[in-house]
Amino acid sequence: MAKYLLLKHYRGAPTPVNDVPMDRWTPEEISAHIQYMNDFAARLEKTGEFVDGQALAPEGAWVRYDGEGRPPVTDGPFAETKDLIAGWMIIDVDDYDRAVELAGELSAAPGAGGKPIHEWLEVRPFLTAPPTIPECSVHG
Amino acid sequence: MDEVLLRSLTPSVLTILVRRGADFAAAEDAVQDALIEALRVWPADGSPSSRLRPGKGDPLRDPKGWLVTVAWRKFLDQSRADSARRRREDLVEEEPAPGPASDVDDTLQLYFLCAHPSLTPSSAVALTLRAVGGLTTRQIAQAYLVPEATMAQRISRAKRTVSDVRFDQPGDVATVLRVLYLVFNEGYSGDLDLAAEAIRLTRQLAAVIDHPEVSGLLALMLLHHARRAGRTAPDGGLVPLAEQDRGRWDTRLIAEGVQILQAALARDRLGEFQAQAAIAALHADAPTAEETDWVQIVEWYDELARLTDSPVVRLNRAVAVGEADGPRAGLAALAALDESLPRYDAVAAYLHERDGDPETAARLYAEAARKAPNLAERDYLTRQAARLNTGRRR
Repeated sequence: MAKYLLLKHYRGAPTPVNDVPMDRWTPEEISAHIQYMNDFAARLEKTGEFVDGQALAPEGAWVRYDGEGRPPVTDGPFAETKDLIAGWMIIDVDDYDRAVELAGELSAAPGAGGKPIHEWLEVRPFLTAPPTIPECSVHG
Repeated sequence: MDEVLLRSLTPSVLTILVRRGADFAAAEDAVQDALIEALRVWPADGSPSSRLRPGKGDPLRDPKGWLVTVAWRKFLDQSRADSARRRREDLVEEEPAPGPASDVDDTLQLYFLCAHPSLTPSSAVALTLRAVGGLTTRQIAQAYLVPEATMAQRISRAKRTVSDVRFDQPGDVATVLRVLYLVFNEGYSGDLDLAAEAIRLTRQLAAVIDHPEVSGLLALMLLHHARRAGRTAPDGGLVPLAEQDRGRWDTRLIAEGVQILQAALARDRLGEFQAQAAIAALHADAPTAEETDWVQIVEWYDELARLTDSPVVRLNRAVAVGEADGPRAGLAALAALDESLPRYDAVAAYLHERDGDPETAARLYAEAARKAPNLAERDYLTRQAARLNTGRRR
């Protein structure tokens, strides 16, 4: 029972095996890819492991505090940004091995030529609440 | 309406349905529906409600009777609705008639079924909380921070997994204890106090089976629950054992935990939960941190290591050795362990600081913070590193 974030990097991840940009796929290949993603989420709902998932628009603004009484500063988008998150999914699984197994399945989504993209997904564990019985006796 | 009373009636209502011939999965759904209806229509203030239809019995005078009646009706409705009635009758005919059974035996069987070894830990936990604990799917989903639909699927899947398990098949109490331990450890982050719920379910289990490890787990839970108020600072930060305000510990729970543990230990069938509880009791028993009987705690860790062979135990043993025989001895005990163990760096940092090496300690605390599995520990470890890096002593 641990939550993991599966991050799909649009840019910034190592190059996938089947590295053809999506706008060079056939429309049917794009449909097949989207269908695979939807089926994957639906299957995880059935296994009781799905928490949430969203796609993100690629372009975002940068925002920061600019001092007392002043509106926040916005800037960007910065074309040179190396990393870009295209979407994410949160899963709630029994252990790390299961999280890796599922990320592997998601990475097999079909791309150009109907072949798996083999894209790299980032798997990040959530920091949890501390256990009621401390694992370390310093915390008794 | 007393929600805890409602929950405590769940196992016997469910087993009555099963004994009448309903299959477990359908009976469990029917009881859940009856519980939701009870939450909806039972008078909140204890006064009779006009919304109760006559003929269903009086939930105030006979809450169990009311639940059985409503659950049985829901079961029959559902059986008709999905035309599974025929199948149900076949099943009743195929299986031998249930022998005379008591509420006590049936409740125990329910615990075994919900913790069946074919279930994954998360599904056993969810099924136990619903079928034995009488919690609604929504409450369980909220406690575990997942969507209600996901939790509902997890529970249906769990019920499918155990659908071939005969209700009266003998079970292993150790699997049940592991599930209850997991519920307890999930803590108290949401509206629902899972730690308190785990204690209630373990008390209920102790009432239907006489087993020293059930007592051991109950004692362990009570002793840790007793220290809960002292463990967290007002800002939510973790307070280490040595710095906790012992005046905030619940002495009544400690006394109860110690008493249950002593009775269990007297039976001379030691198990890991009794040994863990014994360590918790020695901490709870010390009027100040300085008066802790670390020598005895090391002995209990030796017992635990013998019982479980767990690396976590050996790690904690190193801390105890450091307190009993000095930080050098603790570091020597640590040296025998695998550095990749979770919290190895945190323990090493603690022992190095006590050994008068704040630089190594600060580096290890920062390393431990990077690897911490939860936010409270990470914040605590980061503060320790910061304290040492800014040249402050404890």
